[in-house]
Amino acid sequence: MKITPELDFYDLDGLLEEDERMVRDQVRSWVEDRLLPVVPRHWEEGTFPSDLIPEMGELGLFGPTVAEEYGGAGMNSVVYGLICQELERCDSGVRSFVSVQGSLVMYPIEAYGSEAQKREWLPKLARGEAIGCFGLTEPDFGSNPGGMLTRCRRDGDDWILDGRKMWITNGTVADVSVVWAKNEEGEVLGFLVEKDRPGFSAPEQKHKWSLRCSVTSELVLDEVRVPEANRLPGARGLRAPLSCLTQARYGIAWGAVGAMQACFQEALRYTSERMIFDRPLSSFQLTQDKLAEIGTEITKAQLLVWRLGRLKDAGVMRPEQVSMAKRNNVVQALQAARLCRALLGANGITLEYHSGRHACNLETVLTYEGTHEVHSLILGRAFTGQNAFA
Amino acid sequence: MEAIVCVKRVPSTTTRVQVGADGRSLDPSGVEYVLNPYDEFAVEEALRQRDAAGGGRVTAISFGDEAAQKELRTVLAMGADAALLLANSEAPNADGATTARILAEAIRGRSFDLLLFGKQAVDRDQHGVGPAVATLLGVPCVSEVVAIEVGDGKVVCQREVEGGRETVEAPLPCAITCQKGLNEPRYASLKGIMAAKKKPLEVQPVADFTPAVQVLEMTLPPPRPAGRILGEGPDAVPALIEALKNEAKVL
Repeated sequence: MKITPELDFYDLDGLLEEDERMVRDQVRSWVEDRLLPVVPRHWEEGTFPSDLIPEMGELGLFGPTVAEEYGGAGMNSVVYGLICQELERCDSGVRSFVSVQGSLVMYPIEAYGSEAQKREWLPKLARGEAIGCFGLTEPDFGSNPGGMLTRCRRDGDDWILDGRKMWITNGTVADVSVVWAKNEEGEVLGFLVEKDRPGFSAPEQKHKWSLRCSVTSELVLDEVRVPEANRLPGARGLRAPLSCLTQARYGIAWGAVGAMQACFQEALRYTSERMIFDRPLSSFQLTQDKLAEIGTEITKAQLLVWRLGRLKDAGVMRPEQVSMAKRNNVVQALQAARLCRALLGANGITLEYHSGRHACNLETVLTYEGTHEVHSLILGRAFTGQNAFA
Repeated sequence: MEAIVCVKRVPSTTTRVQVGADGRSLDPSGVEYVLNPYDEFAVEEALRQRDAAGGGRVTAISFGDEAAQKELRTVLAMGADAALLLANSEAPNADGATTARILAEAIRGRSFDLLLFGKQAVDRDQHGVGPAVATLLGVPCVSEVVAIEVGDGKVVCQREVEGGRETVEAPLPCAITCQKGLNEPRYASLKGIMAAKKKPLEVQPVADFTPAVQVLEMTLPPPRPAGRILGEGPDAVPALIEALKNEAKVL
């Protein structure tokens, strides 16, 4: 096993437990050996490396915090964060796949599902034998999910779901969709919708120039009938899907650190080898200023997520604390990726190098799972007590 | 199937090493340590042979400093059943003969069918510990093995030799040093890492020793001299050929 070094300027390694470091190193090694060699091609072709899903399941990357009796590893949230970090060191799209499977599908089933739903779905999802997606966002309702138009109505022992969801990661490849819909009283309920239900379809949204390794889809629910047994019994109101987003955003904040690390290491290596005016590019003040900026932001971002993870594992993390980390780390990662891509000059626009791909990917991460601005409003509300959303 | 695997903690091959202040050892600061890559093949093979036999026990043994518990914990996470660290802070500076003596003393009296090693440790590259332990224990040793088939009381191995492969047979118990190509080592899964926490990792102190071979000095290779431009275009070709013939002596 080879361990690629990363920037650890404040010795954060020493703040991790032995098993946390071991997971990180094993995942990093797997990513370098198995994932990184194929990702640029998949990105170019606009495909997800599906053949690696069984290996990801075998490693335990799906739902690592899920209890062992349901097929998880029962590990802590810092481990989950480190997995996101290592995957996004390679590609934000692959990390997105894992975020959705773990935080947006396995989490709601574990938190709000019935015993039968947990037994049926969690072990399969953990092994990667089933893929899941999360249908909350609609064409006209992203930052304002409470305005959703998708409806559910009771019909005997069944429910009828009708509506459209959009920008759904993994939609086309999902075996099961967690779909959120309003009942006649305007209350949000959650349902598990299997892919073969009549009236359900999930066409892929093509022609993206970002997250090209990740499948993005529309979910069409045309009078889809599901039994009451498919409703998540513990989920009532918008709080349920929002709690899932908190889980996913937590992982995204960690993932951004991985993307920054990858760009920083690439720029560091490139600028120390690239000779210009008879000197390494890294010996110029303008280059060093950029590297100083990025290295500092990585260190700050690492400290944010490390502390956030410890708060989460202590059970005292607040959603607005997640907003701060997601908001800061993603925008800093995006800026770092852009700077690194520029340091690489013309080489930076090729897929042989990674910073440009990271920059393109992070454009999505900036506005998904709560746009940068939505997180500003969450923080503003937390600080002032005043809601500035509308 | 009882298998003992000897493993070593070594600097990651991606590390840029520096010589320490004493001029005789590595500066450990900033160095990432890992399980010796060839030992990964040995561990993987032990696990496969145990599972193929439908039972048994894989024990990992390392002669290392206290920090080598990390590598042994990794081996446990991959699936080994027990681990033993023969601990001495000077272990990383021990020579092959000393290492072999200490390992053999710990192994003597333990029963095993297979005694597996990586064919070399990538730090000192001496290739010697496996065969030396086998000699001290009086068991046969097959080195640089790329295929293993365990039969009734014997093992058939394939070895890579210059220009081809050699198939050999030896009785069990047998020592084997493992070469790349033997198998594809697994990654430790999250469940394996959780399970490893509950597995026994014994730390047994080793008395101070005098290495049979002393390292006098370590030096880094001299920095590569700057290139020289002999001229430009076709006019420079004769000077280039001259230099390649008489200076570099490659033509």
